[in-house]
Amino acid sequence: MTSAVLKPVSSVTWIAGLVLAILVVASLFVGVSDVSPGRVFSDAAVFELLLVSRLPRTLAALLVGAGMAIAGLIMQTLARNSYVEPSTAGTAQSAELGVLVVTLFWPSASLFLKSIAATGTALLGTSIFLMTAHRLLPTQPFLVPLFGIVYGGVVGAAVTFIAWQADLLQYLSVWTNGDFSGVLRGRYELLWIGAAMLIVAWAIADRLTIMAMGRDASIGLGVDYARMLQLGLVIVSVISALCTVVVGTIPFVGIVVPNIVSRLAGDNLRSTLPVVALSGAILVLGCDILGRLVRYPYEIPVGTVMGCVGGAIFLWLLFRRPAHG
Amino acid sequence: MIRIENVSLKHGAASILYDISLDIPKGGITALIGPNGAGKSSLLSLIARLQPLQSGKISIDGFPVDKTPNRDLAKIIAILRQDSIVTSRLRVRELVGFGRFPHGRGRLTSEDHAVIGQSLQQFDLTDLADRFLETLSGGQRQRALVAMAFAQGTDYLLLDEPLNNLDMYFSRELMRSLRAIADDAGKTVVIVLHDINQAAAHADRIVAMKAGRIIADGTPAELLTSETLQRIFSFDMPVITIDGTPVVMHFR
Repeated sequence: MTSAVLKPVSSVTWIAGLVLAILVVASLFVGVSDVSPGRVFSDAAVFELLLVSRLPRTLAALLVGAGMAIAGLIMQTLARNSYVEPSTAGTAQSAELGVLVVTLFWPSASLFLKSIAATGTALLGTSIFLMTAHRLLPTQPFLVPLFGIVYGGVVGAAVTFIAWQADLLQYLSVWTNGDFSGVLRGRYELLWIGAAMLIVAWAIADRLTIMAMGRDASIGLGVDYARMLQLGLVIVSVISALCTVVVGTIPFVGIVVPNIVSRLAGDNLRSTLPVVALSGAILVLGCDILGRLVRYPYEIPVGTVMGCVGGAIFLWLLFRRPAHG
Repeated sequence: MIRIENVSLKHGAASILYDISLDIPKGGITALIGPNGAGKSSLLSLIARLQPLQSGKISIDGFPVDKTPNRDLAKIIAILRQDSIVTSRLRVRELVGFGRFPHGRGRLTSEDHAVIGQSLQQFDLTDLADRFLETLSGGQRQRALVAMAFAQGTDYLLLDEPLNNLDMYFSRELMRSLRAIADDAGKTVVIVLHDINQAAAHADRIVAMKAGRIIADGTPAELLTSETLQRIFSFDMPVITIDGTPVVMHFR
């Protein structure tokens, strides 16, 4: 808010931007087909490959990473608990339920229609989670994530059961385990709607920070608490649903990134939102590149890589002493 | 002026407030006292539209609290709840800065920064301004919250037991600060107090509640007598006067 407060944050933003730029370049040139910078402009086929596959894949990873990190951050603000995120609180599972049901009854539905169905069920599922979370004792902060895990597990079990009955289990893994290898031009553009949600989140950043202080403080400061809650729900649900439908769920991003940024720079979202978005993009793109390199020329899905990397960071977060300063 | 007319409140079958009518004129410090469960906090949160009005009317400077847009009320009245817990990692200056939200909706002008600086100074927080809230003691955090309410710059300031967590020194400092903003800036302070001697020393008027009703109302000198206190708190306590201020010996 003051220059003294903003300075460290903006230098972090610059560094994050630089790291991301390097990863983007790396992502464009890492993969099974040989795309080297020298051949891009001399060989039309290579240039085409870049445009049809590598660039969309890179952009998708950026959008998904930034989106999931921000969705996690907003979810934590709404639940007033820093250990929840869409994939552990029923949002992702509800979105999967939506896609599954549409696929079941209308197999030829477009990606866009599936996204709308997924957004609808994600909204419903997340509302139920939040209504329950707000009733839990604030003195027992671990009840909220525990409830989220159980609730997400129940919804996820229902999804698996339906998929098993309908012989769609193979399909299901497309949505439950994030993977960018199927991303091509024409198959990821819906994610730009998620980018629009990031702009909305930026616009209401101050109100979200105030909401994290609770309902009474929000009303006292003239914030329309109920409407902001709904708007936050919409942002979380749209981003989660789009990510689920287009690339599948990626665990830990929404929990690890906001928690690290909070430790480093605090919870004033006006200054930390860009850092959270950039860091989410770095983490997801980095994990995707890693997945492409580990068993080269084969690929490991980004969801699996993130399960390992994100899990390790999460444990480090838990065991590290809380930062003061 | 805060005008409360025939306000009743029920939680399920339990009645919290019975037909309360009260005028709090502009300016000065009004202390709400009474035993636990008297309905003081409920009355305060009704005035500050934190819960919906069930019956009766409340208006502030003629604006009915249930019909005036929330964001407009936020420029006339600020409230600090007793159970305010801010778990966010915010710096003191950032927190106090959010008090200015009703005015610029998040955009801080140089005038806002001046008010923030003044609030920090008023509540002795200048040295702590760049510290994260979680690194402060309970009393320092409490002062930061009061400073945020003050930075809101409203004519009316409602404080629910702000002396909780404060030691003797800072209790006195806070009450003196409130006295100063009432006298110099013409603010109206309504404060729920458990320490009756703080009310005696600093308030212009004391309103006593018990079991959902107002049972006494007057200046400290009028109200703080053994008979009235017996009626309010149901036990006998001697009152002596030192330098014109009543001192209630409730602790013996």
